[in-house]
Amino acid sequence: MSEKINLTINGIPLRVDQNTTILEAAEELSIKIPTLCHHKDLCVAGNCRVCVVEEVGVKKLPAACATPVHEGMEILTNSLKVRNSRKNIIELLLSEHNADCTKCYKNGNCELQTLAAEYKIINQEFIHLPDTKCYTIDEFSPSIIKDDSRCIRCQRCVRTCAEIQGVSALTVGYKGDHMKITTFFEKPIADVVCTNCGQCVNHCPTGALIEKNYIEEVWEAIADPKMHVVVQTAPAVRIGLGEELGFEPGSRVTGKMVSALKRLGFDAVLDTDFTADLTILEEGTELLTRLKKVLVDKDPDTHLPLATSCSPGWIKYIEHMYPEYLQNLSTCKSPQQMFGALVKTYYAKERNIDPANIVSVSIMPCTAKKFEANRPEMHDSGYRDVDFVITTRELAIMIKQAGIEFTHLPEEHYDKIMGDSTGAGVIFGATGGVMEAALRTAYEIVTGREVPFENLNITPVRGMDGVREATIKIENPLPDWSFLDGAELNCAIAHGLVNAKDLMDSIKSGKKSYHFVEVMACPGGCLGGGGQPIPTSPEIRQKRMEAIYAEDMDMPLRKSHDNPEVVHLYESFLEKPNSEKAHHLLHTKYVPRQRF
Amino acid sequence: MTTSHYQLKRVDLIFKNENDWKQILSRSLKRDQTDIVNSLISSELKGRGGAGFPTGLKWKLTAEQEADTRYIICNADEGEPGTFKDREILSQVPLKVLTAMAVCGYVIGATEGFIYLRGEYKFLEKPLNNAIKEFENYCNDIGFHFSIKIFMGSGAYICGEETALMESMEGHRGEPRNKPPYPTNNGYLGKPTVVNNVETLVHTYTIFKYGAKKFKDLGVQYSRGTKLFSISGDTPIPGIYELELGMSLQDFVDEFGDGDTKAVQVGGASGFLVPRKRFAETIIGYKGKLTGISLPTGGSMMLFNSSRSMFNVLNNYLDFFQEESCGQCTPCRVGCQQLLKGIHAVKRGEKHASYLKKLIKLSETMEYTAKCGLGQSVANSFSSIVENFWEEMVF
Repeated sequence: MSEKINLTINGIPLRVDQNTTILEAAEELSIKIPTLCHHKDLCVAGNCRVCVVEEVGVKKLPAACATPVHEGMEILTNSLKVRNSRKNIIELLLSEHNADCTKCYKNGNCELQTLAAEYKIINQEFIHLPDTKCYTIDEFSPSIIKDDSRCIRCQRCVRTCAEIQGVSALTVGYKGDHMKITTFFEKPIADVVCTNCGQCVNHCPTGALIEKNYIEEVWEAIADPKMHVVVQTAPAVRIGLGEELGFEPGSRVTGKMVSALKRLGFDAVLDTDFTADLTILEEGTELLTRLKKVLVDKDPDTHLPLATSCSPGWIKYIEHMYPEYLQNLSTCKSPQQMFGALVKTYYAKERNIDPANIVSVSIMPCTAKKFEANRPEMHDSGYRDVDFVITTRELAIMIKQAGIEFTHLPEEHYDKIMGDSTGAGVIFGATGGVMEAALRTAYEIVTGREVPFENLNITPVRGMDGVREATIKIENPLPDWSFLDGAELNCAIAHGLVNAKDLMDSIKSGKKSYHFVEVMACPGGCLGGGGQPIPTSPEIRQKRMEAIYAEDMDMPLRKSHDNPEVVHLYESFLEKPNSEKAHHLLHTKYVPRQRF
Repeated sequence: MTTSHYQLKRVDLIFKNENDWKQILSRSLKRDQTDIVNSLISSELKGRGGAGFPTGLKWKLTAEQEADTRYIICNADEGEPGTFKDREILSQVPLKVLTAMAVCGYVIGATEGFIYLRGEYKFLEKPLNNAIKEFENYCNDIGFHFSIKIFMGSGAYICGEETALMESMEGHRGEPRNKPPYPTNNGYLGKPTVVNNVETLVHTYTIFKYGAKKFKDLGVQYSRGTKLFSISGDTPIPGIYELELGMSLQDFVDEFGDGDTKAVQVGGASGFLVPRKRFAETIIGYKGKLTGISLPTGGSMMLFNSSRSMFNVLNNYLDFFQEESCGQCTPCRVGCQQLLKGIHAVKRGEKHASYLKKLIKLSETMEYTAKCGLGQSVANSFSSIVENFWEEMVF
């Protein structure tokens, strides 16, 4: 039973639940209290002190984000004392910050800049501290750039890395004036356990953590008349991009995005969803083969559960943290890399283009994809399979640079050859989506019937719970799969690496036993990826998820094996799923990595 | 060379060792818990670490919390510049401290106690462990189950802040927590916890031994009992003295000064500087309605004579704070750097003297908004030194 508390904020009385913070109470009255270190995804820190308010009769100013209300409290959010203190604090943050805004990648999308603008901090008298310190920029990672001179020590990244991802690649080091956000032994991000997921970038209020951008490289490729520039777009980009370009979270902008990409000058606008469908056929076949090997052949070298391999953040995580489980990972490349390998082989052949003249660009909701494209394994086409990976945010920047009025664009369709997709490909963008898509296909392969769920919506695998489980019972299979008759296929889904850790530990301890697990490194899956628009919050991710499933429902085809271009690909090029050629181009291997 | 016609009364309660801890412990364990708390409350003992929270109330609040486990922690992270009394207590009368911890455990329902020992006091670890062994053996003999462990600090000043101390014990970075919740509700490992300064615990021993009245008869209203003072600086007789609370700073300087005292820093780097003209009106004790200007202190009294540059003194303190801030909250981390760099800029003539006014405002902001006592108390020394020795700052 929760007690109610009476208080007033700026003289307005209200009644709230016990344990409500002053910040939450003020929100109920639509009174905005500025914050910096506070983030809805993270635990309360109370360390930036920008949200201080006055409690009448108390000398010290409590931090609104960290202080629970109590009976009879009288709060002032805009008294002179509060204003002066808050301005002083913002001024301090600016004095510690390399506020060379016009040279900052986050210019225009920086919470500190916004606050400085709101409070009109014009006369900055404090000594500019970055001038007195020696900062270096960590640019070694292909995904993430860290610039301490722009860091305000709010520790959002530290909390993100610990609480959402359970990785703690970023942590606080030193104290006092030397205190900074750093890594193990101050190594470059590229050399530590960092999974490149980019959640820290997504949660950083300033330009201290940013993605390594490849915008200029892509512009140059487009401008090169010799080059045939092919672009692929990941499922989650179409439901996120709008947020950067004037739409509400959860807006589906697929057609406008395709239209914008054509106007940017890409020679072919194709869809990662196509290779998502292809992944289902490859991975579904792999799952069924493994089940047969384990259940019928009793092969001791085949391991279950089979774990998905679409999320490069998850891949690097398991390489570092659970290298003994690498043989459980599906050997399938991620849809991005399958696409890259096919563009410079199959697509080049079909279009009669020299693969040496193809530049393959991908638009991803993800910063780890930049790392993935850079992996030495990813050259199976004979070339680098994916040349440039840019995030949803970088695409928005390009669209703005090109002067395209996104909201007024017509809706256009993807180009042919690797542009067709099904609803099953789209839902790859949400946690549980790969599982659902795989089940839609695998169940049908085994039984000859559609999955027994209304409208093919396998709702038990959907949702935002950190770890979800589902059991699919197989009855009356086709003769080839009679060994699965009556079998119960145990599946589990985790998103956010902290949940992946729980899942892996439960498997490792023997507490749980599954046949198939799906793990996505980011909260909500790719829709909450580190390359998606900033800000993010549980509410925003929920809306993006609804948009993904709505997109799926609106697709004429909902099952990967129905994708006509995928069918044609097998008939004309790959022969059959898991064929030798498919293995060469679409599958890969993993490397154990150290934790330190 | 004291110039005094009047001598401050010396008290000898803390270091007097009559080796009676066994009787005191046995006697206390026979008393009703509420009775012990009530006598502590009526003694008006306040925390001797410097913050002055009523000790009896702290024990009472902790005892009243619903919990399966509670803890008592003795804060021996004595790091305030100019303070060295806890070291002597732990060297000379450790069993008094251990007894007080055990009685506290009995009162609040804790079976485990910890001594958070300052990293630099490593040399005390072995003798203390010997004392603990002797103490625990006796506890076993009388059938009282209470264990005490030493937790070594690593040299961070901030870990003397009680919530940072507990973070440190839990294996985390020594950063203060948001308050509320207070340790009495949610302390070590999330359990109700009493954190008491070493000296506070010894005073409770005195109260267990002689009763609340004898303790309360010492000192003045709002500031009862005695206090250990760590006296240093320009004094012919530095050392540790047990004196009654409530003395005037003038009387103190008359007795301990070298005849040329221009200022006294009361309470270490986080305390206040009192210039000569304020000696007479300043009372050493906790704030109360009747006591005028009263300054609480963790016990550090630093005397400065006319040969000392107050700029250097302030520079020293700010340098210390800049280094020892944990760095998590903005006002403290950046504020300390700005104050330190600011006074140097003024001294060098790079900033106008009026910039000091802006810095005083900044120190006020730090006082109002910093997350813990460290950042909040930088303003004490900063504004009291700058306001009283403006010329020394500028010229």
